This record gives sequence, C-alpha cells and structure tokens, in this order.
Amino acid sequence: MDNKSTIQVKNLNLYIDKQQILKDINILIPANKITVILGPSGCGKTTLLKSFNRLTDLNDSVKIDGEVIINNENIFTSKTDVSLIRKNMGFLSQRPYPLPMSIYDNIAYGLRISGRRKKKYLDKRVEHYLRQASIWDEVKDRLKDPASCLSIGQQQRLCLARGLAVDPDFILADEPTSALDPISSQAIEEKFVQLKQHYTIVLVTHILRQARRIADYVVFMYMGEVIEHGEAHEFFENPKMEKTKAYLKGFYN
Amino acid sequence: MPLWQKNDKKMNFKKIEEKLFKVLMYLSTIIIAIALLSIIFSILIKGIPSLSWEMISQTPKGGFYFGKEGGILNAIIGSLYLAASSTILAVIIGLPVALYMNIHLSKHKKIVNTIRFFLDLLWGVPSIVYGAFGFSLMIYFGMRTSLLAGIITVTLFIIPIIVRAIDEVLKTVPNGLLEASLSLGATKSETAYKVFLKQCFPGVITAVLLSFGRAIGDAASVLFTTGFTDSIPTSLNQQAATLPLAIFFQLSSPVAEVKNRAYASAVVLTVIILIISVISRLLVRKYQKNKIKF
Repeated sequence: MDNKSTIQVKNLNLYIDKQQILKDINILIPANKITVILGPSGCGKTTLLKSFNRLTDLNDSVKIDGEVIINNENIFTSKTDVSLIRKNMGFLSQRPYPLPMSIYDNIAYGLRISGRRKKKYLDKRVEHYLRQASIWDEVKDRLKDPASCLSIGQQQRLCLARGLAVDPDFILADEPTSALDPISSQAIEEKFVQLKQHYTIVLVTHILRQARRIADYVVFMYMGEVIEHGEAHEFFENPKMEKTKAYLKGFYN
Repeated sequence: MPLWQKNDKKMNFKKIEEKLFKVLMYLSTIIIAIALLSIIFSILIKGIPSLSWEMISQTPKGGFYFGKEGGILNAIIGSLYLAASSTILAVIIGLPVALYMNIHLSKHKKIVNTIRFFLDLLWGVPSIVYGAFGFSLMIYFGMRTSLLAGIITVTLFIIPIIVRAIDEVLKTVPNGLLEASLSLGATKSETAYKVFLKQCFPGVITAVLLSFGRAIGDAASVLFTTGFTDSIPTSLNQQAATLPLAIFFQLSSPVAEVKNRAYASAVVLTVIILIISVISRLLVRKYQKNKIKF
C-alpha cells in the first residue's frame, strides 16, 4: 500500500484544559479517496481534522498523546517540521479566508514562500491552479484586483486553488460549503470528486446528504469517539452500530 | 383592539425615553464640537495676523523674544527632526512587539494580557515623568541636553502608544487568517509581515499618526532633554528647539506682539499635524482595498 498519501491515526487522545475532546481514535484514512468525517456539532470532527496538520498547536491548552502517521512518520514529535506537514495539506476552512492581497498574489504566496520567485514560472502556476479550481475564467481579467472583491463562493474556490498551489498530497476541508450558496457548494463538491485521483481528501461535514453524495469512506464520530468507520456504501446501507443507525435516521440533528 | 394601533400610555413612555437620549447625545456632540472649534478659531484669530513668511522661514534674531524680527524656523525644524526620528524609531521597535504579541504569543493569553496591562500603565504615565527619566538617563551616560537625548526620551514615551494602538488593530484579525497562512507552509514570522501587516496596514498608519502627533506636540518630555536654542541643529549632539517650547516661551513673554506670535506658532504646529493627517489618510485609502472584511 502506498503509505505516502494515507493518514494513520493510532490511539489519539486530545485534551483541552483536562476536558477530553478526542477519545482513543484509531483510523486509517485511505489514499486517493474522499473520506468524510461525519457527526453532530461539537463531536470533535474539526479538532481531529486540525490535528492532521497540527493546527491544534495554536491552542496552548491542548494536550495530545498518540500518533498520527503520515508517510511512515509520526507527526507529533519535536523533530517534525510543522511547516512541511502543513504544506503537504491543503486546508479549507468553514468560511474562506483569502489573504489580504491580490488574487494573483493569493496563489503565488505559497509558491514564493517555498522560494519560487521567477515571474514566468509563477504566471504559469497561478493560471494552472486557478484553472484546477475552476475559477480561472471568472478572474483571468482581474488577477491584480484584491481577493476581497470576490464573492464568498469564488473566495472559497480561490482558497482551494491556493491550497493546491503548494503541491500537497492531501486536502483537508472543514465544512467548506457551510457558508456557501447551493451552486457554489455544488461546484466545490464536484471539484473534490475530480481531484480525488490526485489527492487524498478528508472532508468534515455535518450534512448527511453531502456525505452520501461524495463520500468513499466514512468516519462517524460522536462525543469525541469514532463510533464506526468503513466504506461509504457499507456504512450507509448496513450500519452496524446503534448510534450510527440513529444518526442516519436523523436523531442527533 | 387592533394590533398595530398605538397604545398611548406605553408608547408615550418609550417615545419620551427615546427622545431624551437623542437630545442628550445631540447635546454632548455639540458641546464637544463647540469646544474643538473654539480652540481652533481662537488660535487662528490670534495667530494668523502675526503669521508671516518671515515667521516660518527665519531663525530668531537677537531680541526676537522682545518683539524684534526673526522667526521660529529653528523650532519647526527641531520639532520635525525630533518627532520624525522618534516615530520611526518607535515603529521599528514597537511594530515587531505588537506582531509578536498577537501571532507568536497568541496562544499565551495570560502573558499577552499582562504585557497589555503594563503598556497601558506606561501609556498613562505623564510625559514629564518620561522627561525626568530621560534626564536621569542622560546624567548616567554623561550626555548633555541634545537632540539625541530628546529623541531617545520621546521614543520611550511613544512606544507604549504605538504598540498598543497597533495591537488593538491586530486583535481584530480572525484566527482563520493565521491558520490559512500557516496551512500554506508559512512560518509565523512570514505570516506576521506578509499577511497581518497587510491586513492591518490602514490601522498601523493611524497608530503611527497618533504617535507622531503625541511626539510633536509634547513639551514636558523635551523640556530637560532637548533644551532650546535659536539655531537649527546640525548634529544629534546639539540642542534643538521644539514648537511646544517655542509656544511656551513666547506665551510667557510680557510683550503683546510676542504673545501673538505664540498663537502663530500654534497655527504652524496645527498645520503640520493636519498635513501629516492628510498624507496618512491618502495612504490608508490606497491600502484599504486589500483588506479582507470579516
């Protein structure tokens, strides 16, 4: 199996101020598939997602034990270069956070940080990634305009392009469509389905229908625990646990 | 009873309450406006007749403070030197502090709030105390009253202002922007200078303007440290005149003509601050467009 694009979580426990947020998580997120982390609000989905690129570091009161293994290496060691881990994961948040600069510079930002500064190269890459996120046609005539003038839906696609531009193996998405209108949401979903042959996608959502539409693999969480995980088809047709069945019927919403 | 018709008793009370507060707000706005305008008018009315080209283009000649010819160019240049250098120094020292507090220390809320508390204390310390502190520093290092000593004192005096003013702007940046930038592989420092600074640039300009205003307008902190002289300083080791002190010395003269010149000097000080404000407004407008609204 290609370990480069899988995420293996082993005995992961996470505490915030003595309150346990994640309880003994053991899952393997498969490569080049869309894995959906599903569960009601406040069950620890987002925290689990953020532990994959160590954004959990930003909170001082977070204590972690256990392992997250990417490319055969545990990322929770003091030797880990956090920037390299994060660069390897495109991150989409609940609402888009474009950088306060032009559309062009938003994409070029990550490239410039990794030392790519030649204008010709940047021009080519910027166009490539904007096309990949299907936003090129909308912005090609105004690349120098500030990103703040785009609509929310466009901004989220810009953020996707920006994430792809640093050449990650993974895409982590934290309810990326929750601030978007239905058409923009659909655009993002379609994009994910196209992108999964090149990237391992982890999507956090509480929208059951969205999970049904695009998931290949499902992780169901409730109160900080993984209740059930498995192939999407199996998960939705033959749920094994009582809690899963109840959730699929809509009890926890 | 019809649902949408006015219930007179209830409505009357609510209406009166609303009216009362409206009137109070109007009144306080008007009082403040009148106070400010009357300050500006009294300066203009008393100052403009004495204002002349000679006043702003010449240094004081012998007997200037007794009504003879000359001008306050020494104080204009001295104040500009002093305020500009100390503002630049304060930005160089203060900006990294504010960024560090909000980005690198963002997860240590307690430490940051302690720093904020002490900066607020320092902001509240009267400038004469900074003057006295600067003076004792000078004695310790064996310096004489000079432009340099003034610059150091005023820099110390405005650093808390600039740090806290920038800090207040940086506080408004949402965590998501930090996460977004870090997720692209940026370090915290890269995020600070390339993202946070850009997002907050208009606010930073305002903070700089605020400090410049304090630096150029303060008399107490420069009284012991910069001294006063009739000539334009040509090196950091010389004494320098400043506008607030020039106003003070002229105003304390018994000669009416000289007293009026104090108001003319005040006009000059006000115009300098006005020019700086307008320039910074223009800068703000230019950089506002990149700011992401959350």
